[in-house]
Amino acid sequence: MSNDIRIKKGLDIKLKGEAEKTIETAILSNFYTLRPDDFHGVTPKLISKVGAKVKAGQPVFFDKSNENVKFVSPVSGEIIEIARGEKRKILSIKLQADKEQTYQDYGKFNLDAAKPNEVKAHLLASGCWPFVKQRPYDVIANPDKSPKAIFISGYASAPLAADLDFTLIGKEAELQAAVTALGKLTQGKVHVSVGASSNSPLVGLSGITLHNVSGPHPSGNVGTLINKVDPVNKGEVVWTVAAQDLVIIGELLLTGKFNSERIVALAGSSVEKPRYFVTKIGAEIATMIYDKGISKNAHDRIISGNVLSGKQIKPNGNLGYYNNVITIIPEGDDYELFGWNKPVFNKVSTSRALTFSWLNPNKKYDLNTNTNGEHRAFVVTGGYEEVFPLDIYPLQILKACMYQDLDEMESLGMYEVAPEDFALTEFVCVSKQPHQDIIRKGLDVMLKEIG
Amino acid sequence: MNLKTRLHILKRKYRGSKFAPAFNALHTFLYLPNETTHNGTHIKAADDLKRTMNTVIMAMVPCLIFGMFNAGYQHNLAVGDIQAVTSGFFSSEFWTLANFMIGFWKIIPLVIVSYGVGLGIEFLFAIIKKHEVEEGYLVTGMLVPLIVPIDIPLWMLAVAVIFGVVIGKEVFGGTGMNILNPALTIRAFLFFAYPTWMSGDKVWVEGAVARDNAIAAGQNLDAISGETVLGALAQGKEVVYSTWDMFYGFIPGSVGETSTILILLGGLFLIFSKIGSWRIMLSSALGAIAMGLIFNQIAEAGIISEGSKFFALMNTPFWEHLIIGGFAFGTVFMATDPVTASQTNKGKWYYGFLIGFISILIRVFNPAYPEGVMLAILLMNVFAPTIDHYVIQGNVKQRMKRLKAKTA
Repeated sequence: MSNDIRIKKGLDIKLKGEAEKTIETAILSNFYTLRPDDFHGVTPKLISKVGAKVKAGQPVFFDKSNENVKFVSPVSGEIIEIARGEKRKILSIKLQADKEQTYQDYGKFNLDAAKPNEVKAHLLASGCWPFVKQRPYDVIANPDKSPKAIFISGYASAPLAADLDFTLIGKEAELQAAVTALGKLTQGKVHVSVGASSNSPLVGLSGITLHNVSGPHPSGNVGTLINKVDPVNKGEVVWTVAAQDLVIIGELLLTGKFNSERIVALAGSSVEKPRYFVTKIGAEIATMIYDKGISKNAHDRIISGNVLSGKQIKPNGNLGYYNNVITIIPEGDDYELFGWNKPVFNKVSTSRALTFSWLNPNKKYDLNTNTNGEHRAFVVTGGYEEVFPLDIYPLQILKACMYQDLDEMESLGMYEVAPEDFALTEFVCVSKQPHQDIIRKGLDVMLKEIG
Repeated sequence: MNLKTRLHILKRKYRGSKFAPAFNALHTFLYLPNETTHNGTHIKAADDLKRTMNTVIMAMVPCLIFGMFNAGYQHNLAVGDIQAVTSGFFSSEFWTLANFMIGFWKIIPLVIVSYGVGLGIEFLFAIIKKHEVEEGYLVTGMLVPLIVPIDIPLWMLAVAVIFGVVIGKEVFGGTGMNILNPALTIRAFLFFAYPTWMSGDKVWVEGAVARDNAIAAGQNLDAISGETVLGALAQGKEVVYSTWDMFYGFIPGSVGETSTILILLGGLFLIFSKIGSWRIMLSSALGAIAMGLIFNQIAEAGIISEGSKFFALMNTPFWEHLIIGGFAFGTVFMATDPVTASQTNKGKWYYGFLIGFISILIRVFNPAYPEGVMLAILLMNVFAPTIDHYVIQGNVKQRMKRLKAKTA
């Protein structure tokens, strides 16, 4: 079995505003926020209260269903606010950062001599476990189950995504430590994907099975890698870790300190000078978006994450826990005269019904957030299959989720998918249905009923 | 204050009110709405359902215009005012203003009634059920006038449209939920409720029925008639039209179904714009050819004697089936309706093939009415989910086999 993977189905959405490969250190943020909603399916139980002083890497809350899974503070400082919503659900935990950062010391970890249980316990206690997610269900991995393999995607094919080959430069030591540690947690292999012609720092690591992927998006999705290499069957579990999170895990193993620093891309057509920043998890985005970015009163959509799966945040919001890109695009809340029957040259389309994006596949577009149509029932068929490379029937599995037939969802392959795998089918959907939301709710129902 | 702002204020005024769906339907006819994305992807592709439907309508417009000319041509030819065409597609005998005006004044009312009644029902259901008016009827409304005989009374069309939209679509949940093709449901209603109006040799020529009534009332006129090709074959009569006549469409028939060349162009446009499924169109043609070949073999082998009433139809060359009757129109515009067809790509091959196959079968063996496409498509509409089920089972079994191999 060749280790190279070539995807034919998919769609590369080329957008204006790609981040230039220059790195700038962001203005130091005063406040950092942790949002428990970033961790789907986790009910937080607080360890520290408002007013408590925490060090960077010190646990702030744990998961109610498994108290070993700890969530730590990205900075040292004081917890100044815990915002609650309906039924006292914790919405956010806001920290005021110290001028001088102090770190909780977990000790340098002796990786070679460590046994799997010790590695696991160390990762759980030091707050690195939230970086390990699992399929099925696309939630934080259950530490009590052993995965058949671990998958890491080192190739970012999403529109305006941060270039991992660039952001991981110089981090070979940390990456190797993380990958070795993860390798001890599974009987199977650690699969890593990189772009076809890339000189990513991931290429030289030992203890991994390297795959070169090529083809349009979603070739960079870890779900595509899993489906092509070793699909998840009923009863099996695989773990996935994002490449940029490996750096944090690796640094913790090597130095004992939880360093929440990340290289984050600021991209999008609304940004004056798209580039990369060094910042920390949970930082205020206001420290990055106004400096040669957008203006104060701009009517734009700010997204923590990429344009397909990210979350909308306000200008006074914060970088999400897992995100390494901030995308800013114009809001599209205006009407368009005869938008449905005139020839369209400035939008992306997979058909040729008076749309002309097929003529120039390398053109970069300035897309806005208009839905380009209203929400309808599923009508058109054959369109999703063109952008969905997994060997799963997308329309049928979406419908099964909508009428919640668990047996059918299971037999159609629900154990293998995550909402981000359906981002492209949602993009091209003629009926403007919320595919990722449908899949997320389907996964939640299965998690609750089947477990 | 310009139109856009005025409509925006009106939209806010009507939001939540009983007539909001009606207002929104008219508003979105003029303007693409200003809705932005919420959860999920922040950008969306340019295609929406209105654009998709519009493409199908554009593909049908040539057939509509040709139908107007043809209606006048068939009438004038039968009455004896003009000669038959002699010089190919662009013959001057055909493309005259006199021909066009006869067709125009007959067909435009059909289109108005079809859209008016159909959309009226849709608006009514949208208001009662409190959902938006959906675009399904945009295509059906254009299909219906093209598949009825030219002289059909307007009240008959209205009744059929009401039946088709209510029973064929709305009771199932509206656009996207129906099992049967709504245009064919309307046509089937006409076929079963008013059969004398749908067959014979009088209904295909404008004015023929009126003339017969006038003659019966005592007027001194010559009767006119125009047999369709299939009608002639069913009765074992000689077919007076050449192959080119059949291909270009200079033959009697329903309003829009005669011109194979324009339907073919429409079909190519639908395939190019990725709106119509080429799999269904191609496999349907293949199915028809297959059945035609089987019948040709039976006729040649002498299993059916020359005197039998099936002989003429069985002996029709297999390729000729593609250009006579409603086969081409049904394959390109009806069978490809995505909601009622098979939804898996593999299923579309089986679905299309069986439509072609069964069409010719019914065409030959149906004694009362030599046209099988409508009935074949309706039958396959019912079986399309079954075909999909078996295709998907293939995927499911593959997954189970993978699991067994792992746990073995």
